[in-house]
Amino acid sequence: MTRARTAGDVVRTFLRGLGQTMITLGVVVLLFCVYELQVTGLVTARAQDQANAQLDRTWSEAPRQVVPGQTTPSPGASPAPASVTPIRGDAFARLHVPALEGYEPKALFEGVSTAVLKKGPGHIPGTALPGEVGNVVLSGHRTTYGSPFNRWAELRVGDEVVLETRDGWFTYRITGSKVVAPTAVEVTYAVPGDRRATPTRRLLTMTTCNPKYSAKERLIVSAELSASSKKSDGLPAALAGRG
Amino acid sequence: MYGWIWRTLPGGLAGKLLGSLLLLTAVVLLLFFVVFPAVEPLLPFSDVTVEPAPEG
Repeated sequence: MTRARTAGDVVRTFLRGLGQTMITLGVVVLLFCVYELQVTGLVTARAQDQANAQLDRTWSEAPRQVVPGQTTPSPGASPAPASVTPIRGDAFARLHVPALEGYEPKALFEGVSTAVLKKGPGHIPGTALPGEVGNVVLSGHRTTYGSPFNRWAELRVGDEVVLETRDGWFTYRITGSKVVAPTAVEVTYAVPGDRRATPTRRLLTMTTCNPKYSAKERLIVSAELSASSKKSDGLPAALAGRG
Repeated sequence: MYGWIWRTLPGGLAGKLLGSLLLLTAVVLLLFFVVFPAVEPLLPFSDVTVEPAPEG
């Protein structure tokens, strides 16, 4: 140092440090956006690959309750609804959305905790299982973690969503969608909106955040079972002809 | 701070560039795989389910 630090030097050093800190924080926030929108998808893609492989394995190993000698199941016979309660965190079904061009089938997990939803769409424990009377309630991310429900606003009344279980295909037809407050638990009741009513219909309710990139509201897409068939009868009509 | 890091890194220009790159990579990885996953649950961006209103 050839000269003493002046007050101006101190101020300059302080301002430079402040500026660098601000720029650094800005970059960190941008990196967080990159993380949310890109990196989380990698986590989910890996979990989905593993879950799909595991589903293929267990479904092919598990004894199909087929009577020996019975060549073709009686036509029109419905598959039994998935009756065994899945273990939390396990994949137990697959979600197909033929209405959305190019939609990769998603492994569906039991549970809707943060950890489970990182792996893919989740089924709220205690709500109906695919094919059962009552309300099958699914939740999924819209913009992060693989964004399984990203295009849910594109679903229209009459579009079909197919739930694939070990034994059957359950085709649900969209009956409507609405935007509700995040506290609207009544949509998850077996009879939506009426906690005490006895369910008679086979419904499917899917929840995700709304609007995109926000958690202000929830987008609710409702559907009702329109067809079900056994795995052994081949692809359901909703999926046939799509390779 | 960045000035101090640059001056402290050894190895001439090439060494300093390489050192900077390594530091930057380490920081980004630390953010992506340790800091952000830890902070994320505290933020509301990933809420997709419907829940009863928080008590209190």
